[in-house]
Amino acid sequence: MSQLPPFQRFLDIHADGVLRFLIASVGRHDADDAFQETFLSALRAYPRLRPGSDLRGWVLTIAHRKALDVHRGRARRPVPVAEPDHEAAPAHSDGTDGDQWDRVRTLPPRQRAVLTLRYAGELTHAEIATALGCSEEAARRAAADAMKTLRKELSHVTAST
Amino acid sequence: MSLLPPELEPGHAATLAARTAAHAAEQGLADVAYATLDSPLGRLVAVATSRGLARIAYELPNGGLDTILDQIAARLSPRIVEAPARLDDVRRELDEYFAGRRETFEVALDWVLVPGSFGRRVLEQTARIPFGATRSYREIAEQAGSPNAFRAAGNALGANPIPIIVPCHRVLASGGGLGGYTGGLDVKRSLLSIERPSLVG
Repeated sequence: MSQLPPFQRFLDIHADGVLRFLIASVGRHDADDAFQETFLSALRAYPRLRPGSDLRGWVLTIAHRKALDVHRGRARRPVPVAEPDHEAAPAHSDGTDGDQWDRVRTLPPRQRAVLTLRYAGELTHAEIATALGCSEEAARRAAADAMKTLRKELSHVTAST
Repeated sequence: MSLLPPELEPGHAATLAARTAAHAAEQGLADVAYATLDSPLGRLVAVATSRGLARIAYELPNGGLDTILDQIAARLSPRIVEAPARLDDVRRELDEYFAGRRETFEVALDWVLVPGSFGRRVLEQTARIPFGATRSYREIAEQAGSPNAFRAAGNALGANPIPIIVPCHRVLASGGGLGGYTGGLDVKRSLLSIERPSLVG
């Protein structure tokens, strides 16, 4: 008999992956709150989920929406808190997330989403396509574009130091 | 160039998960809360709904925590979280009982896991057997309204979802034998000796 696992087991299994994704997407400062909101939303919707669903893809889709809320909230605030300085600090020595994810966070929303879902959430392109409501091909292309942008920025930073 | 997943501080995700589960239980978003409790009889799993305590399970004889929670998910709801604070009263009363400082339990009970009205009557009668006293299966069947249904009463007691607190260990075979016990006869003997040291050698 196939049935949904008890929610606690689902939470325990996916806690690490969701937190990694959220740190990559919104930074450590906002990740804790977004984590709780993600799993509380998941809990509300949980009984309506079909047994046998891709739970990892599902919960990361919810986390992705919460991350979007955080980014939208920041966009509305005039002065962002502790935004990384784009041109300075090529490497991180202060125990924060590292320059790479700091830079990913400044990419356009779609590119940011594919990179965080792919490399922090470790979803496949097909799962990312489901999460973003686009074709697999579009997800793949967005990831490639995003990596290109990121490489360009990082080489620029390296060159300027 | 490769993008590596951000590193996690050790234990941080688990701390957030525990906080989220506790919050879900407090806000009534979860249908079922559980906690594991240590006891002299081995680890217990206590399960509560918003109405009260629905299940006490001896962890090992019932196949382990995962099996117990799978059964609860199938019977009640998959919205189950670990929320130790929700089971504080149960933990305290059981600790006092095992320490010899409590004879009656006061926590609210939820009979949702008891199938059938006869089973419910049997367990309600069982819950009234005083500390230190015992009954026979036949006496319990009689008090539940069906004097001849002592086998059915035995089955209902065997399926008791809330042992210790609904003291099915106080029901013995008519001839003075121990009868049965889901947690094992050693456990039944231990419980009886807590309550009436002279009863069991």
